[in-house]
Amino acid sequence: MIEDLPLWLSILISALVVLGALITLAGCFGLVRLENFYLRIHAPTMGTSMGGGLILLASAIYFSLTNERPIIHELAIFAFVTITTPVTLMLLARASLFRDRVEGEDVPGRGE
Amino acid sequence: MIRRILPHPVLAVVLLLFWLVLQQSAGLGHILLGSALAIGVSHLAARFSTDDVKIRNPHKIIQLFFVAGLDVIRSNLAIMAVLFNPRPSPAGAFIEMKLNLTNPTGLAILAIIITATPGSAWLEYDKERSTVLIHVFDLLDEEEWIETIRNRYETLLLEIFQ
Repeated sequence: MIEDLPLWLSILISALVVLGALITLAGCFGLVRLENFYLRIHAPTMGTSMGGGLILLASAIYFSLTNERPIIHELAIFAFVTITTPVTLMLLARASLFRDRVEGEDVPGRGE
Repeated sequence: MIRRILPHPVLAVVLLLFWLVLQQSAGLGHILLGSALAIGVSHLAARFSTDDVKIRNPHKIIQLFFVAGLDVIRSNLAIMAVLFNPRPSPAGAFIEMKLNLTNPTGLAILAIIITATPGSAWLEYDKERSTVLIHVFDLLDEEEWIETIRNRYETLLLEIFQ
C-alpha cells in the first residue's frame, strides 16, 4: 500500500500520474479547440502516447514495488494502444479525405 | 521444413511473449499453453498474409525504438506549447513524400511511428506510386520534415526489413 512506500517514491509516482493526466487533458482541449478535422486528429495522440505512457509507467512502478516483483503487463496495454491507434486514424482520415475530394475541398488528390 | 510447422516465426515469438506478460508468469504450463496458441494463430495468419517477415540487423530495432521514443516525447512537448496558446493557430499542412521502403511490415511500423508521434499523422499510402500522404500539425519547413522521416526512420527500417 502507498503508506509502505518511502515519501520520495510516492511523490515520484504521483507526479507521473498527474503529469500523464495533464498531457491527456491538454490533448482533449486540443480536440475541442482546433478548427478543422485534420488538425484535431493530432490532439488525442498526446493521450495515447505520452499521457497514457506516463500513467502506465506509474502503475508499473507502483505495483512492482508494492507486490515486490516486476509487474510489466502495462507494457502490453501500451503496445496494444500504440498498434491499434493508426488503424482507426487511417479509417477516419481516409473517409474524411474521400468526402473532401468529392465535395471539391482543398485537399491533395489521389493519383494525378 | 520449419516453415511448415511455423509459418510466421516472428509473429509466434511475439505472441508467446505477450501471453507470458499478460499471465505474469514464465511457468512451464504457461509456456506450453502460450506456444500452442502462438503456433495456432500463426497458422491462421498464414492464410491471409503470405509476407515473409525477415529481420536483418536486430540491434537496429533497439536503436529505432529509442529514436522514436525520444521524438514522441519531444513532439508531445512541442504540441503542448502550441495548445497552451490562448488562440492556437498551428500551420497544418499536407505532405506527400516518396518512400523507398516497400516492405509491408516496414511500412506498418513506419505508419505506427508517424501516427504515434503527435504532430504528424499517416493518412494514406499509394502502393502504385509508393507515396504516402502525411498531415503535419505545425509545418515550418516541408523539406526538413521529409529529410527527418527519411534519415531517422526510413533508413533504419530499410536496414531492418529490406
